[in-house]
Amino acid sequence: MNNLIVLPMALPLLVGVLLVFFRSYIVHQRWITFGSLLVNAIISFYILERIQSDGIMTLDFGGWIPPFGILFVADSFAILLVITTNIVSAICVLYAMPTIGSEREKYYFYSFVNFLVAGVNGSFLTGDIFNLFVTFEVMLLASYVLITLGGSKLQLKEAIKYIAINVVSSSLFLIAIAYLYGTLGTLNMAHLSERIAEVGQTPGLTVISFLFLIVFSLKSGLVLYQWLPGSYSTPPTAIAALFGALLTKVGVYALFRIFSLLFYHDQQITHTVIGVMAGITIIGGCIGAIAYTNIRQIVAYNVVIAIGFILVGLAIMTQTAIEGAIFYLIHDMFLKALLFLLAGTMIHLTKTEKLDEMSGLIRNYPVVGWMFFIALLSLTGIPPLSGFLGKVLIGEAAIATGSYVLLGLSFASGLVVLYSILRVFMSCFWGETIISEDEEVPLNKKLVLPSALFVVITFALGIGAEGIAPYLSNAAETLTNPSIYIDAIMSEKQ
Amino acid sequence: MMETLIIIVAGVLVTVATYLLLSKNLIRVILGTAVLTHGVHLLIMAMGSFKGKNVPIIDKGKTSYVDALPQALILTSIVISFAVTAFFLVLAYQLYKRTQTDDLNKMRGYRHE
Repeated sequence: MNNLIVLPMALPLLVGVLLVFFRSYIVHQRWITFGSLLVNAIISFYILERIQSDGIMTLDFGGWIPPFGILFVADSFAILLVITTNIVSAICVLYAMPTIGSEREKYYFYSFVNFLVAGVNGSFLTGDIFNLFVTFEVMLLASYVLITLGGSKLQLKEAIKYIAINVVSSSLFLIAIAYLYGTLGTLNMAHLSERIAEVGQTPGLTVISFLFLIVFSLKSGLVLYQWLPGSYSTPPTAIAALFGALLTKVGVYALFRIFSLLFYHDQQITHTVIGVMAGITIIGGCIGAIAYTNIRQIVAYNVVIAIGFILVGLAIMTQTAIEGAIFYLIHDMFLKALLFLLAGTMIHLTKTEKLDEMSGLIRNYPVVGWMFFIALLSLTGIPPLSGFLGKVLIGEAAIATGSYVLLGLSFASGLVVLYSILRVFMSCFWGETIISEDEEVPLNKKLVLPSALFVVITFALGIGAEGIAPYLSNAAETLTNPSIYIDAIMSEKQ
Repeated sequence: MMETLIIIVAGVLVTVATYLLLSKNLIRVILGTAVLTHGVHLLIMAMGSFKGKNVPIIDKGKTSYVDALPQALILTSIVISFAVTAFFLVLAYQLYKRTQTDDLNKMRGYRHE
C-alpha cells in the first residue's frame, strides 16, 4: 500500500505525457488536468491520514533497501505541502482556462503545468539528496517553458535572467552534493543525518552546509531574491500565480529539510546566519514593496517578505516556531496565489499595471474589491483569517527564545505589508470612478470563481485551525526530532 | 596523482566558465553554463576517488572496485544539462530574432527600471 506515495509525482507526469498526444482537444486537456490534480489532492489527504495512524511511509524504488537505492518518504510536513500544491494548482488551472489564450493552450500549456506539479511534488517527497536535484530540475525545466510560453519580448528578456541564475545555482547544488558525497559517502538523507551525528558536524561539514544554504537561498529568494520580482511579473497571471505560490516554497521546503535533518548540530552558526538572512530578506522585500507603483511588482515583493518571515521560524527552530512556520507556509501558498490572481484580474479589467492609472474600481467591481480587502486582512494576520495563527506561533516562539530582533522585524514587516497592499487598495478601489459604464469591461464570473475559492480557503484555514493542529504538530515533531525520520527509513529491513 | 590532476582541470573549467558567464554576449553566457556543468562533473568524478582500482564489473580475482555511483550521477546530470542547454540556445535564438541583438546590455531594461 506504500506504493501510493509515488502517485503525487507519477500521476501528473503520466497525465502530462498523455496530454501531449491530444494537442487539439483543448477542452479535454483542461478538465483532465483539473480532475487529475483534484484526484491527486484526495490521494494525498488519504496518505496524510495513513501517516497519522501508521507513522512515516516510505517507498524504496526497485526494492533496494536504504541506503542503497532511491526512495520516497512521506511525512506530515511533505504531504501537507503536497496537498496544498495540488489544490493551488487546480485553482490556478481553473483561472487559466478563460484567460491563458488558445495559442498557449495548443502549445502544451497543460502538459507543462502537470510536469511542474510533478517536479514540485517529487521534491517534497524524495528522501535522496541527488533525487532532490533531479526533481528540482524537472520542476525548473517546466518552469522555463511556462515562463517563456507565448514569448513576448519582455517575457523572454526576463526569462533569460531567470534561467541563467537557475542554471548556475543548479551547478552549485551539484558541487554541494559532490562535496557531501566525498565527505560522507552516501546520498540518502536519513543515512547522511546518521553519519553526521556519528562524526559530529565538523567545520568542513558546516562549510558544505553553507553551500547548500546559498543554493536554496537562490531558489527560494532568501536574500538572493533580485531575480524574482522581474521574472514573476512578466508571465500571464495564471502562470505568475503558480510560480509565486509554488516555486520559491520548494526552496523553503529544502532549507527546512536540510537544516533540520542534516545540519542541526551547530545551530549557533548555521541558524544564526539563517536568522540574519531572514532579517535582511524582510527588510529588502519591504523596501521593494513600498518603492514600486506597479501592482505586479508590489505583489512579487510581498512574496519575498513572506519568505523571510517563514525562515524566521527555521532560525528559531523550536517545536512551536516550526509549527507556526509550516502553517504560515501553507497559508502563504494560498494567499500569494490569491493576490496574484486578484492583481491579474484588476490588470485585465483596467488594461494597466500602474497604481495611479486605476481609481474607484469598487463601484465597478465590488466583488473584486471585497475579495482584495479580505486578502489584505489575511496577509496582515487579522483573526479569524489564516495569517493569524502562523504569526502568533512564530511570535510566541521568538519571545520564548529571546530573539527579539527577529520578532521586531517580522512583526514590523506585517505593518509594511499592510501599508503596501492598503496603498494598492486605496488608490485602485477608492476615489473617483474613472471608468464610465459603457467603457466598463464586464467581469467574467470565471475570473471571480478561482479567487473566491481561495478566499473560502483562507477562512476555512483560519477558523478550522484547530482541526489542522494535530497534523502540524506531527510535522513539527518529525522536523525537530530527526531520529523519527531516520528510524522510519533505516530500521525497517535490517 | 590522478585526483589532483582532475581537480586542477575542474578548477580551470570553473574559472573559464566564470569568465564566460560574466561577459555581455548571450552565447558566451550559455557556453559558460555548459562549461560550468562540465567542471562540476569532473569534480563529482574526483570525489569517487579512482586510485588504482578496477572498473566496477564483478570479475574473478578482482576484489576492489571504483565507486560506480558518481558515474551514475554524472550520467544523469549530463542528460539534464543537455536538455537545459538546448532549451537555452533556442531561447537565445528566439530573443535574437525579436531584438536583433545578443548584447545583454542592450537587452536590459524593465519598463519602469
